[in-house]
Amino acid sequence: MNLTLKIWRQKNANDKGKLVDYKINDVSPDMSFLEMLDVLNEDLINKGDDPVAFDHDCREGICGMCSLYINGEAHGPDRGVTTCQLHMRMFKDGDTIFIEPFRATAFPVIKDLVVDRSAFDRIQHAGGFISINTSGNTVDANTIPVNKHDADEAFEAATCIGCGACVASCKNSSAMLFVGAKVSQFALLPQGRIEATDRVLNMVKQMDEEGFGNCTNTGACEVECPKGISLENIARMNREYLAASLKG
Amino acid sequence: MALDSKIPKGPIADKWTNYKNHIDLVNPANKRNIDIIVVGTGLAGGSAAATLAELGYNVKAFCFQDSPRRAHSIAAQGGINAAKNYQGDGDSTYRLFYDTVKGGDYRSREANVYRLAEVSANIIDQCVAQGVPFAREYGGYLDNRSFGGVLVSRTFYAAGQTGQQLLLGAYSAMNRQIGRGKIKMYNRHEMLDVVVVGGKARGIITRNLITGEIERHAAHAVVLGTGGYGNVFFLSTNAMGSNVTAAWKAHKRGAYFANPCYTQIHPTCIPVSGDHQSKLTLMSESLRNDGRIWVPKNIKDVEAIRNKTLKPKDIPEEDRDYYLERRYPAFGNLVPRDVASRAAKERCDAGYGVNATGEAVFLDFASAIQRYGKEQAHVKGLNENDAALVKKLGQEVIKNKYGNLFQMYEKIVDQDPYNTPMMIYPAVHYTMGGIWVDYNLMTTVPGLYCIGEANFSDHGANRLGASALMQGLADGYFVLPYTIGDYLSKDIRTGKIPTNTPEFDEAEKNVRDRINHLINNNGTHSVDHFHKKLGKIMWDKVGMSRNAQGLNEAISEIKTLREEFWKDVKVPGTNEELNEELAKAGRVADFLELGELFAKDALMREESCGGHFREESVELDGEQKGEAKRDDENFAFVAAWEYKGEPSDAVLHKEDLEFVDIELKQRSYK
Amino acid sequence: MSGIFNSSIGRKFAMALSAFFLMIFLLQHFAINILSVLSPDAFNSASHFMGTFWVIQYVFQPILIFGVIFHFVMGFILEIRNRNARQISYAKNNGSANSTWMSRNMIWSGLTILAFLVLHFIDFWIPEINTKYIQGDLTGLLPNGDFRYHEELVHKFENPLRVAAYCLAFIFLALHLLHGFSSAFQSVGANNKYTRGLRGFGKAYAIILPLGFIFIALYHHFNH
Repeated sequence: MNLTLKIWRQKNANDKGKLVDYKINDVSPDMSFLEMLDVLNEDLINKGDDPVAFDHDCREGICGMCSLYINGEAHGPDRGVTTCQLHMRMFKDGDTIFIEPFRATAFPVIKDLVVDRSAFDRIQHAGGFISINTSGNTVDANTIPVNKHDADEAFEAATCIGCGACVASCKNSSAMLFVGAKVSQFALLPQGRIEATDRVLNMVKQMDEEGFGNCTNTGACEVECPKGISLENIARMNREYLAASLKG
Repeated sequence: MALDSKIPKGPIADKWTNYKNHIDLVNPANKRNIDIIVVGTGLAGGSAAATLAELGYNVKAFCFQDSPRRAHSIAAQGGINAAKNYQGDGDSTYRLFYDTVKGGDYRSREANVYRLAEVSANIIDQCVAQGVPFAREYGGYLDNRSFGGVLVSRTFYAAGQTGQQLLLGAYSAMNRQIGRGKIKMYNRHEMLDVVVVGGKARGIITRNLITGEIERHAAHAVVLGTGGYGNVFFLSTNAMGSNVTAAWKAHKRGAYFANPCYTQIHPTCIPVSGDHQSKLTLMSESLRNDGRIWVPKNIKDVEAIRNKTLKPKDIPEEDRDYYLERRYPAFGNLVPRDVASRAAKERCDAGYGVNATGEAVFLDFASAIQRYGKEQAHVKGLNENDAALVKKLGQEVIKNKYGNLFQMYEKIVDQDPYNTPMMIYPAVHYTMGGIWVDYNLMTTVPGLYCIGEANFSDHGANRLGASALMQGLADGYFVLPYTIGDYLSKDIRTGKIPTNTPEFDEAEKNVRDRINHLINNNGTHSVDHFHKKLGKIMWDKVGMSRNAQGLNEAISEIKTLREEFWKDVKVPGTNEELNEELAKAGRVADFLELGELFAKDALMREESCGGHFREESVELDGEQKGEAKRDDENFAFVAAWEYKGEPSDAVLHKEDLEFVDIELKQRSYK
Repeated sequence: MSGIFNSSIGRKFAMALSAFFLMIFLLQHFAINILSVLSPDAFNSASHFMGTFWVIQYVFQPILIFGVIFHFVMGFILEIRNRNARQISYAKNNGSANSTWMSRNMIWSGLTILAFLVLHFIDFWIPEINTKYIQGDLTGLLPNGDFRYHEELVHKFENPLRVAAYCLAFIFLALHLLHGFSSAFQSVGANNKYTRGLRGFGKAYAIILPLGFIFIALYHHFNH
């Protein structure tokens, strides 16, 4: 199939940037979206143009590096997939496809479609851990039984890949689904309860300092999340936060 | 230089304990004055960085991704082995040790493997304490599954995302130290050289991938946890960015490269769909527990399937060749990875491949669906002869077990694997070879350590399923922190390592010259053009099955390709910006050197062992006719290569492998 | 505790609390208004009670006014902050693919309701305050000795334009509530398997209550 791509080009963080049109022909429906961009880039390089910069790494939907806003949706029109797992069979011959970076003040553009998501790292530096040394001098794993339901829910929350689709999709650029998932992952486990109060206060504080917006519960994040992280995690974070605020 | 593996004396079960009791320690006040560089933040690098920082060292950690959490350890699906014996099924440290050495086809170092098995149980304790949400049973205790054809259930898992959960555990430990300022994290930085001062590794040169800035970083010791080099094949299940550059630079600075030809080809990957293919996707090995592998018996059926005039499910049972069950009645579809991969290649080479490229075999769940469906119908007291009902019930069982994999398959291939057999083909997955290290995980360059997949030490010629995660974390959490202390105890009076020395000048100049060359080359072909060509040579001639003629051809072809690359590669843009083509060019340049050494190593090893199959070395008669033949008399050694300029000049050093606690045996799956 | 209302979650919480208060108020308001259809006498006595009982007038009325103002002001503050969180907008954004129109346009439904409130104050509240506290007539009676409340209400709904404005405003109120009700529960952390039923109740509330108000307006318009 033949497609028209409208791709955001921006030389660096200080450049203003603009959408540029590209034509691409003979796209196979079996290609992944990123493979289609590989083909475009190969073409641009051969023509002596600057290839389009985009983040990607594992290309199997787990590393969370790829981050494109395709036709108005984070990771494109398919559900439950990252950009690298989006296939061209989701599009039709003759389509025009808008490709933009994940946009948020807290995710500044580095170049073209590459953004800086280190805000997510900083939120986790503030409390995304259990304070235990890795000396190996812990108790035997089975001396901490965990209710299976809680363990499964903690796991569900922990499957977040930190891609930032929630922020990109949210009309308010809120990071609450991400932070909610991180808070929940620990809050649901007995090991994590010990520091639960400080953890949620510190992580939310850092989240606010990073300049993310406020959640207004539109639910867009949950729909666009490639891992289907549930809104219940935000509710849990709210509960944890309110309880922690009363305590602390 | 003679290779000294520094294995401690004494009975194997006491070696590690004795070792720990007798090493020198660094007191806490002195640790504050010692800097350590850790390159790579996967399971090995991440866990090492966190632990070293906890101990009090000043750690600088580097990764090329935008966050340490994206390292490719995250993609491991199946699980992590540990000799916990929670299931009471007879597991023990010895048994895990034995299985790992045997699985590695007797080409690993006993003492290292025993230590790995010994600390494995600790890993699980540690991870649970960190909040890793492993799968649990209803009673709240940890669940296990069996994996990779071993006789016990010792694999701990978190659905099909065990690597992700373990990496997030290591990452959270890192976060704590980054927050405390004990780890200084450098994201989007690529290591481009090791700096050796006075015979010791004292720093690295990096490139900031956003600004192009070339930076000097000094430390008292350097640790590489930079993963495997499977991307030398261009197509592999590795991440796009996975590369050999850090390890190769270390090699060029004096670290020996061991067993480069030991590569694991994983049998259950999604086949290549066309020339645009950029990487391959692994489907967990667990699928072989329920799927039956087959190709049609008749070539005309193969052609009809390729033309889409015949559906696979319409081929009657008697016209199907369940070749693994036919060749290996004892293990059937559960033969080890290398055996299953070669058998698939054998069928496809004979013309029985079932997709357009001729490189795919079926993995069929129809009989499992039938079996489970009947079972469920029986349990629920429903009609076992109602075909539609049985199918529905069976599909539900399969969905519960493999739902996420089936969904992933459907997204990529656009076929519904509940109703038509999956197509699979082997793909490069893991490299057992790597930088040679001694018992201390130190390379042949003093002060330069190598951990995880990047080193060669624990898996011999073939790695068991669910053991990669175990090794990465064992090295980083529990081994390196001890062994590096012993080395650093002699460095407490050294003081800060300066970066304004001739050694740093020289290393930085090398890096800059190379970048300038690439940027100003103005050739005609993109980096990928060369990478794909290299991959094709590697896959065709140094892939699943190798012979002397092919290997010799590969060596000369790679050499020619390398020369072409340097003359004709085209790298757009400048150094002073985010320039992925430039980063890729540097990596491919190193792959072009490694590839040749890889082939040279494969040529030297005139035996078949584990993932390395030499067509000249097969059993000629008897029950095992046609199967791989190991040659313990001549090849029971680690091949460690010393860099001498061109890969063809590399000098071989042998570390003889002694098997004291395990008897050497032929692997048999018949 | 001190910092809570400066945090994102604290603001959400405050927004939700004021919303709960307003939703309860709305229910009470409706309960009295519907009496105007069922029994003008009951409506008159209820209105007189509400209009003259000091607890209502001097305690609840100020709280209500504060609640309304707080909800609006906080809404604006959040809107501004949220807009700042994405300074460059998407060239193409397909919001309808992942969220409801209501959830994305709370500011617009809210502003419509605010405009309506201004009208409502001019219609009812300002004349009430004028009669009671400026002219000092606390009897609640017309010159003919009947209660004035029902009479005034009916009189207001004579003008079809006003009735149309009321109906429109209540449609926007329904849209606002369709998202707002469950959103408020989510904000205070009530979202789990036990609260699924709440969502159904929230939808019912969001549709039935504004419809009820519309019914009252139309009823008086066409019946008098």
